[in-house]
Amino acid sequence: MNFEQTDDHRMLTDSLLRLLTDACDAKTRNVTAYAAPFHSPDLWSKLADLGVFYALADPAQGGFGGAGFDITTIFQALGKALCPEPVLPTLMAARLLTHAGADLGPLLSGAVHYAVAVGELDSWSLDEIETTARNGTLTGRKSVVYGGAVAEKILVIARDGAELSLFEIASADAEVIPYAMIDGGGAAEVFLDATPARLLLENAGAAVQDALDAAALALSAESLGAMDVTRDTLVDYLKQRRQFGRPIGSNQALQHRAVELVTEIEQVRSIVILAASRMGTDSQTRTVSMCKHLAGRVARRVAEEAIQMHGGIAMTWEAPVSHYVKRLVMIDSQFGDTDYHIKRVMEGLQAT
Amino acid sequence: MDLSFSLAEVAFRAEVRAFMADSLCPKTAAKVRERRTLTKHDMEAYHTALNGRGWLAPSWPAAYGGVGWTAVQKHIFDEEAARAAAPRLVPFGIAMLAPVLFRFGTQDQRDHYLPRILDGTDWWCQGYSEPGAGSDLAGLNTRAVRDGDAYIVNGQKTWTTLGQHADWIFCLVRTKPDGKPQEGISFLLVDMQTPGVEVRPIRLIEGGYEVNEVFLTDVRVPASNLVGEENMGWTIAKYLLNHERNNIAGVGFSIAAFESLLAYARTPRRSGRRLIDDTLFAARLARIEIDLEAMKITNLRLVVAGETSGAPGVESSILKIKGVEIRQALNDLSRRALGPAAAPFPSEDLDGNAALVPREQAANAGEYFNNRKMSIYGGSNEIQKNILAKAMLGL
Ligand SMILES: Cc1cc2nc3c(=O)[nH]c(=O)nc-3n(C[C@H](O)[C@H](O)[C@H](O)COP(=O)(O)OP(=O)(O)OC[C@H]3O[C@@H](n4cnc5c(N)ncnc54)[C@H](O)[C@@H]3O)c2cc1C
Repeated sequence: MNFEQTDDHRMLTDSLLRLLTDACDAKTRNVTAYAAPFHSPDLWSKLADLGVFYALADPAQGGFGGAGFDITTIFQALGKALCPEPVLPTLMAARLLTHAGADLGPLLSGAVHYAVAVGELDSWSLDEIETTARNGTLTGRKSVVYGGAVAEKILVIARDGAELSLFEIASADAEVIPYAMIDGGGAAEVFLDATPARLLLENAGAAVQDALDAAALALSAESLGAMDVTRDTLVDYLKQRRQFGRPIGSNQALQHRAVELVTEIEQVRSIVILAASRMGTDSQTRTVSMCKHLAGRVARRVAEEAIQMHGGIAMTWEAPVSHYVKRLVMIDSQFGDTDYHIKRVMEGLQAT
Repeated sequence: MDLSFSLAEVAFRAEVRAFMADSLCPKTAAKVRERRTLTKHDMEAYHTALNGRGWLAPSWPAAYGGVGWTAVQKHIFDEEAARAAAPRLVPFGIAMLAPVLFRFGTQDQRDHYLPRILDGTDWWCQGYSEPGAGSDLAGLNTRAVRDGDAYIVNGQKTWTTLGQHADWIFCLVRTKPDGKPQEGISFLLVDMQTPGVEVRPIRLIEGGYEVNEVFLTDVRVPASNLVGEENMGWTIAKYLLNHERNNIAGVGFSIAAFESLLAYARTPRRSGRRLIDDTLFAARLARIEIDLEAMKITNLRLVVAGETSGAPGVESSILKIKGVEIRQALNDLSRRALGPAAAPFPSEDLDGNAALVPREQAANAGEYFNNRKMSIYGGSNEIQKNILAKAMLGL
């Protein structure tokens, strides 16, 4: 057993964090995160230069990563800086294009932004997808498409006869309504009406599941990064803020709760490591569900406790911690919440 | 034991319901349901309607316009008001300053200020907290120095709710810099139009604007605006904290939120399935229902007990802690219920065809974040628990 990060991952973490500290400080971040297109071309090209997108793809496809720990390394750093750039859809697109055997060049270099459209209005289940393919076109509505505000290309999962297939459309051919998310970053509603589409992969169910697993792992890691920062911010504040003539952190009522958060966050770190190590194995999907569930459960607790123990100050837009809180809570709504993922873990127990 | 409402109470409920149907502006109610920001005018119109009916200040002495409702009647009113999506009544004048004036004010002060609260001439806000004095309110630093027939006030208040609309602010100020902090505080009424008063907005976590910083620089306040005696402010502040605990559990709001969430969860989705048929979701909602059913009774029990003994006791801390817990649990579940559609920042771009969820649900995530304030203000959960441990359990 060895729980050390590899040298490569340590270097990637360091340089990514350095870049983000510089180019994605709280003030800059909050401007980018809430105003269309919810993306900074400058930061994007710096991420590309650093090779972040290459690190999300398999060497066979021209990348130099794509394994579980590559994903968690990158997303933990993004989470620490609350980076609103659409790296998650890039990761999902990299998985999907890989399964389709398509060219990843423009994605890896950062030249083309991709979004991935899975969920639909009022339904987030693959079984209920209604967007339909016909004669090389797609018709339907895709909802809460992360990164949809900036993507030139959108990978769309659609019903194709009895099966799900994967298509690529140019977003210019669709009606795209972009909007900000409450925790920053952008998404879009995508309306397709006989929109020309290129078939990339038939029978795409397994490929989509893999992309969703990668996304859930990435989000868990992002959440872990944000939790680490939130905990540090909170502990500093407990030491610094004085009421009744002493630091509020001298109250045992708060001390124990802060320690409980630390314990829970360590549990999340462990399950993220476990899930990363199981990518590409038979237990990938179930372990990722365990991971997303635990991360979601703990993230909400960390968020709520961080606000509560800060008092009013954490209720303000001005205080960076409030933005961490929002991200921590809302990550749960992306690609399956705690209840969705625990059901999948339950199914594993119920199977005979 | 008899948990049934009397005939008179049932009739009273019908009366309140009819009033809400007739007098509450439907547009305002829709805004409340959709958690959209109310204008000053929206809030004033409701205030005026209630005043017209004589229901604005039920707990005031009859001579000043009170109606002597029982605790059960107040409870019924709160429940019906919330169910009708009436705006929350701004408590600072009616429920905070007024009881202080009844107990500590001069006759002149009562005669001057109370009618102006009722008819809406003066909008009040509360100037207690300061950047350095939150839970430890007695640590406040805003100075008031006597100068002839006036006080000169210097300092900063913060978290001033709806101060942007206010004409007046009641402040705790330090009038004696040395000695025990609690013994050098006074209660002062400040006209916000006075030179030297500056209000700056604070933006809250979900993006809304309801609280402010209030800067006081060489503000000249007539000495006649002192309530009670100089350096007696702490007694007044404590009286206020213990006295006005009406509706502290917010049971009416919880009932309204529960019903709204249940209705949404029972609506068939596109697939024909209903959210409520999801066992995990239903379990979460059922758990809240159980807590809420118990809370309705806890609330009535403690409120009735307070009425009999003449003063709400420390038990009201129990109502605040548990009542807020239930409200926050409802906010949490209402956000979860929307899945990914909870995340978009509410905006007009997402109305009409582009809407993801019914308008009444669109602000669920924002409301969840905003309502984290409830366990912080008015004495945080931790402070309430400290009070209970000491005063109730003798620990
Ligand atoms: C939205 C909002 C509206 C408000 N409106 C008003 C208003 O209109 N007028 C007004 O005067 N004030 C208002 N307040 C202020 C509110 O009353 C204070 O926020 C509250 O008193 C807590 O103070 P604080 O925020 O400074 O937190 P702190 O007092 O700094 O507390 C930080 C944390 O430490 C904990 N803590 C402190 N002391 C102890 C202890 N001894 N034991 C255990 N834990 C402890 C607290 O519970 C909290 O968790 C408002 C606040 C908010 C957020």
